[in-house]
Amino acid sequence: MKRWKKRAAIIGGGVAAIGIAAALVLNALNSNIALYVTPSEVAAGKAPQGQAFRIGGLVKAGSLKRDNLTVHFIVTDLVQDIPVAYTGILPDLFKEGKGAVVQGRLGADGSFTASEVLAKHDENYMPPEAKHALDQAQKNKGTEKP
Amino acid sequence: MIPELGHFSLILALFVALALGVLSVAGGQQGRGDWMALARPGAQALWLLTAFSFGCLIYAFYTNDFSVAYVAEHSNSKLPGIYRIAGVWGGHEGSLLLWLMMLSSWMLAVSIFSRQLPDAMVSRVLGILGLVAVGFLLFMLVTSNPFLRLSEIPADGRDLNPLLQDPGLVIHPPMLYMGYVGMAVPFAFAIAALLNGRLDAAWARWSRPWATAAWIFLTLGIALGSWWAYYELGWGGWWFWDPVENASFLPWLVGTALIHSLAVTEKRGLFRNWTIVLAITAFSLSLLGTFLVRSGVLTSVHAFASDPRRGVFILLFLSVVVGGSLTLFALRASKVRSGGAFALVSRETLLLVNNVLLATAAATVLLGTLYPLIVDALNLGKLSVGPPYFNSVFVPIMVPVLLFMVIGSYARWKNDSVAELAKKLRPVAILSVLLGCGATLLAGAWSTLVALALTLVFWIVLGSLLQIYRQFKDTVNWRSTPLSFWGMHVAHIGIAVCVVGITMVKGYETEKDVRMAVGDTVLVGGYTFRLTGIHEAAGPNYNADVGDVELSRDGRVLRTLHLEKRTYFSSTMPMTEAAIDTNLVRDVYVSLGERLEGGANPAWAMRVYHKPFVVWIWGGCLLMALGGTMAALDRRYRRRAAASAGAVAAKGAVA
Repeated sequence: MKRWKKRAAIIGGGVAAIGIAAALVLNALNSNIALYVTPSEVAAGKAPQGQAFRIGGLVKAGSLKRDNLTVHFIVTDLVQDIPVAYTGILPDLFKEGKGAVVQGRLGADGSFTASEVLAKHDENYMPPEAKHALDQAQKNKGTEKP
Repeated sequence: MIPELGHFSLILALFVALALGVLSVAGGQQGRGDWMALARPGAQALWLLTAFSFGCLIYAFYTNDFSVAYVAEHSNSKLPGIYRIAGVWGGHEGSLLLWLMMLSSWMLAVSIFSRQLPDAMVSRVLGILGLVAVGFLLFMLVTSNPFLRLSEIPADGRDLNPLLQDPGLVIHPPMLYMGYVGMAVPFAFAIAALLNGRLDAAWARWSRPWATAAWIFLTLGIALGSWWAYYELGWGGWWFWDPVENASFLPWLVGTALIHSLAVTEKRGLFRNWTIVLAITAFSLSLLGTFLVRSGVLTSVHAFASDPRRGVFILLFLSVVVGGSLTLFALRASKVRSGGAFALVSRETLLLVNNVLLATAAATVLLGTLYPLIVDALNLGKLSVGPPYFNSVFVPIMVPVLLFMVIGSYARWKNDSVAELAKKLRPVAILSVLLGCGATLLAGAWSTLVALALTLVFWIVLGSLLQIYRQFKDTVNWRSTPLSFWGMHVAHIGIAVCVVGITMVKGYETEKDVRMAVGDTVLVGGYTFRLTGIHEAAGPNYNADVGDVELSRDGRVLRTLHLEKRTYFSSTMPMTEAAIDTNLVRDVYVSLGERLEGGANPAWAMRVYHKPFVVWIWGGCLLMALGGTMAALDRRYRRRAAASAGAVAAKGAVA
């Protein structure tokens, strides 16, 4: 095989490989990203429609209700409450009054059906996304008041 | 007193490492024998000082010295002895000390097992490793000293995170760190070769066993971590594409590319620049991984703010290592000429293709891991990249890797023909498709993905077996087969075994969340689980609810499984201890959720799994590590300097 032919084949192959990889990556990123949304943003209708997203916040104390394996609870940023339903086993570190992150979709009635509940680390740990939601809510409260 | 001695020993170590780094590199560059002579004793002294310091921290943990802040944070007087020792690497400061301990151990190993290397090379390598140690020592002493005392001594410690109180944790971090840090050795060899300006086959041969050794530890460390997550986190997953896992997987992917690229550089003198880049990348990713995981950057970029000095130091150190080595590479790369040509169809090309694919895989994983951080840092919002991203990108890249892996091991160096390869591999290909599809039909419901994966499995296994058979039949004296030949095939079969586990679990696992009261049964994967009782039991530092589940199949009782929900005294944190029944072809896995109802007959949430072939995942990793060990022990790496120099000269003459 001629030298330039070989070069061309290698370069062509490389470009094709990079192109395919890039297409895969972009496509996968596009469909598999979950945005973090705060409870206030959900209440304001800013949550993505028809797409899974995550809500961070506190599990409202006293809001946990069980119905067999389905649990209902409220995720709050202390300004807005979002009711959440989840079927399955909650993680060990899930507790009322503590931070948690839920991933799922918003129903037509404004309730959130979670496919995943995340509560990680130790009991004093606040997920940064939950903390972000609380801070955000506090800030908005401060600006609205005067 | 003891912690102060440990601290002092670290300070001494800093000076030794500094002297070692500067003098050995300079000595190697200028050919000064008196400075080069310092390299080996210097590395050994550094090891002694680090080991002493490490011993002091273990002592502080073992004797419950809560006046030391780090001990008070990560231990507790009720903690069993073995976990008190494991607690040493349960937090940020101690794991840095473990890092340093591993680094100096690798240096000790280089200083001992490098008799066949020229003094100047050993001197440069140890010097560069010494400079890396300087960076870490500074980082520890300035920002993360494990020996800091508290002015008010607490009555008891805060306890080790219960998740980490497990035999797996005792060995997982040391293994993983051994692998991470081990990547520093091929990195040092690469930098030393760049400084020297001679990137030849001898350099590749010297650094090959070290790269392989680091890769073995990394493989074992990742496997242990995955196994630990499987049985300890209690929810049956074995890989979550969690940033922390990715951080260890990235250097593994690049390390895998590196050991194959080194093979080409050693055998054919090709791909030298590529090998250097891989060596630099593997180590940089190890550094990035350690830092990302341990600095808390991964949970949030803003964790930098909790101790800005750490974050800044990390970025500085990373940029010095990456920037410095890439600059050196840029200066020297033009002088590196790749000798020898190779045809489009040849073992070189196939190895290069797989190398590029592995590097691409690493790049996509890196992108997915860092993407949320970048978006957050640019204030574009918060998001998470989930496992579906990684699965949908990683799997398609791995399919051609598995395909070319076999062709590469059949192809001849320099030049081969498609027709000839096809002739050799056609029976293997036909048989693997038949067996792969057949096995899928036998295993359960038809799935094209499973069939594809199992076909690739047979492709690898049959490909290797055929080559082994040929080796027996066609070689006059098969006993003289080099150990590395066996190593390669064992490791490749290990990949196949691992793929079997992943495929079968992904394709055919059953998972059920159920509400169970005493006496209830549930049927999963042909097995009947009956909850026979739930009682309370006390452990050394926790209380537990223990459930007894009777496992039976076709009316025959197999055994009773004990699953626990523990509550640790110190943190009141609940912990799920799953009960697992393992055999070669399946695991059944039961874990206890929360109590749903109290009363006379309380009901509990339970999760029951049937996971076919799941142990093959880790079995495959063990085989890979075994194969790596065989390859690294090959006799040719231990030949004396004179002999190998002669061989190189002879090779050069032939070329």
